[in-house]
Amino acid sequence: MPVAKAESLFADLVIMDADLRGDEVGLEKLAIWALRLYSPIVATDTPDGLVLDIQGAAHLYGGEAGLISDVIARLADLGITAYAALADTWGAAHALARFGQKTTRIVEPGGQSDALLKLPIAALRLPAEMMPDLLLLGLDTIGELAAKPRAPLTQSFGPKLFRRVDQAFGRLAEPIEPVESPELISVQRIFAEPIGAPETLEKYTRRLTDMICDRMEEAGLGSRRLDLHYTRVDNRIETIFVATAKPVRDPKRLGRLLCDKIETVDPGWGVDKMTLTAAFVEPLVPKQVVAQYSAPPRPDVEELWDTITNRYGRESLYRAVSVATDIPERAVKRTSPTSTEVGSKRNASYRRPQRIYRRPEPILALAALPDHPPRAFTWRGQRYSVLCADGPERVRGEWWRNDNEKGKVRDYFILEVDNGERFWAFRAGDGQHEGTGSLKWYLHGKFD
Amino acid sequence: MPPADAAVISDLRQRIERIGGIAARTKTVLPFGVPGIDRRLPKGGLALGALHEVAGGANGAVDGAAAASFAAGIAARTGGKVLWCYTQADLFAPALAQSGLTEEQVVFFEAKDEASILGCFEEALRHGGLTAVVAELAGLSRVSSHRLQLAAETSGTMGLAVRRWRRHVDARDFGNPTAAFTRWRVTELNSAPLPVRGVGRARWQLELMRCRGGESADFEVEACDAQGFIALSSDLADGSAATEAWRHRAAS
Repeated sequence: MPVAKAESLFADLVIMDADLRGDEVGLEKLAIWALRLYSPIVATDTPDGLVLDIQGAAHLYGGEAGLISDVIARLADLGITAYAALADTWGAAHALARFGQKTTRIVEPGGQSDALLKLPIAALRLPAEMMPDLLLLGLDTIGELAAKPRAPLTQSFGPKLFRRVDQAFGRLAEPIEPVESPELISVQRIFAEPIGAPETLEKYTRRLTDMICDRMEEAGLGSRRLDLHYTRVDNRIETIFVATAKPVRDPKRLGRLLCDKIETVDPGWGVDKMTLTAAFVEPLVPKQVVAQYSAPPRPDVEELWDTITNRYGRESLYRAVSVATDIPERAVKRTSPTSTEVGSKRNASYRRPQRIYRRPEPILALAALPDHPPRAFTWRGQRYSVLCADGPERVRGEWWRNDNEKGKVRDYFILEVDNGERFWAFRAGDGQHEGTGSLKWYLHGKFD
Repeated sequence: MPPADAAVISDLRQRIERIGGIAARTKTVLPFGVPGIDRRLPKGGLALGALHEVAGGANGAVDGAAAASFAAGIAARTGGKVLWCYTQADLFAPALAQSGLTEEQVVFFEAKDEASILGCFEEALRHGGLTAVVAELAGLSRVSSHRLQLAAETSGTMGLAVRRWRRHVDARDFGNPTAAFTRWRVTELNSAPLPVRGVGRARWQLELMRCRGGESADFEVEACDAQGFIALSSDLADGSAATEAWRHRAAS
């Protein structure tokens, strides 16, 4: 649209020159932001995108979908509307993010060929001067282009055309040249002969760790995340990284965390360069050590938490904190094991069961209304007669969270049956008003 | 027994312990605070730096509620940080505080499979920064239990394996030998009767099925209090509860 036309459409239009260089600098800043948060391999996809290789990084955010939604949400907080796509290849992800018509899109492994066929050829990252000629030939979608015989088109357009197609479909490898942040502490080692044996990789991993710890000590820093890139002779980069809950500068501890992950590295024909980068650092002042001649102090538990989270994922390890609510499904919040958050005080006189069923199990029970426990109930085909019971403990729905819970009531009872087992059961509804629940009985937990 | 014989026997015991290396490896014990139980355990308590097994009896083999509560009470009394590993996500954390294990003290590890539980269990035992590690497990082979036992010995951390199976028939596995120091079975009994309506303090039939350097025993106890201490049942004298327990065990 010409500027004059736009000015005639909007009265107070602000006009300024495009600052392409400025955009590029901004994009690079954003790439370093993503490098710190998400993945060790990040590059700018000029003029308007970022490409992240998230292999081995997604589990820290609860899988691929979790990572993508986290990226979108954080960018939205920064005031950036973003589109994201995840696919096996850079080309496919690039195309789907821009032409996929969805905010987020995750393509199954190997599914990029089907996903790409319907997209316009503009999605292929081809030079701009090539586009009008291709459109003139009647080639609108990637599927049409991919189905054409290659030789005549290559003759007129050069090899780049089908190289882009092959890269998008994953037939040709496309290495990502990651951005490097100048202020990051980084050490590298280049080998005259490629190395591949796990013991050798481990040896040099430990040496690099020693080197980077010395560098961090000079700067008074400790690392929260270390990225280790193994550049293979075929120009692919294998990456491992470790994250810690608090800044660490202990070469033994970091070396052990890194070596724990070496088994995931595929050295292929050999590795000829190793780069270790402290992607995320925090100030760490030396601590005064008190000489103790009595019993040696217990080792620091945070070291163990780091080992476990790096091996099994961050979300698997948590501390349970009480939440101020009566609804048992919401009574627990997970926080990180190092957090010092204190939960709300529970009233200990209300007993809670050791086991709680994720979904309350319906039982057949008969009880006098409005507030008597059942004399007997049938659960999973077995009949239990109730010897004694405690209750009701009335729990009301939290109307401020959810309209469906408005006015709903559960009456909880502790039921002790004749063989000594103690159950936690509730009746939906208060037994007097119809709108409060269906009067059905459920088992919700098992006491000790 | 004449006093001279008693001295000879205690001397023999000590020599056997030295040969077995038990004395050197387990320095301290954690008493239950109940003389009747502590008397049955070597050195008067549960060995720290050792692996102990707990399972539920009857339906408890599947739900493991009482076993978890018993283990929580022991872990709480070790005093330091505790790691609790599980695969079946039905543990209700606020209930552990009723057995003395406060939310500041315990960290949970939710594993995808049993292999990662074993790996994490061993790593945590070997580390030594924790005072107890609890793991809910179905299978525990002789080899893996031996590894866990060795890891516990090196660090002095107590390992508690709460054995819990998906089906009743799998609970037969509890008869197979492992390298654990002690093996307990906790079965729920009817609670102490109250003078008013309501459910009293829970009671358990606590069986010490195996004990290295000790003998098996049966106890009838009241469940853990808020400090993690169990207590011997108060009304043992009338005998009614005990006979009921026997009938219950015969039926199961």
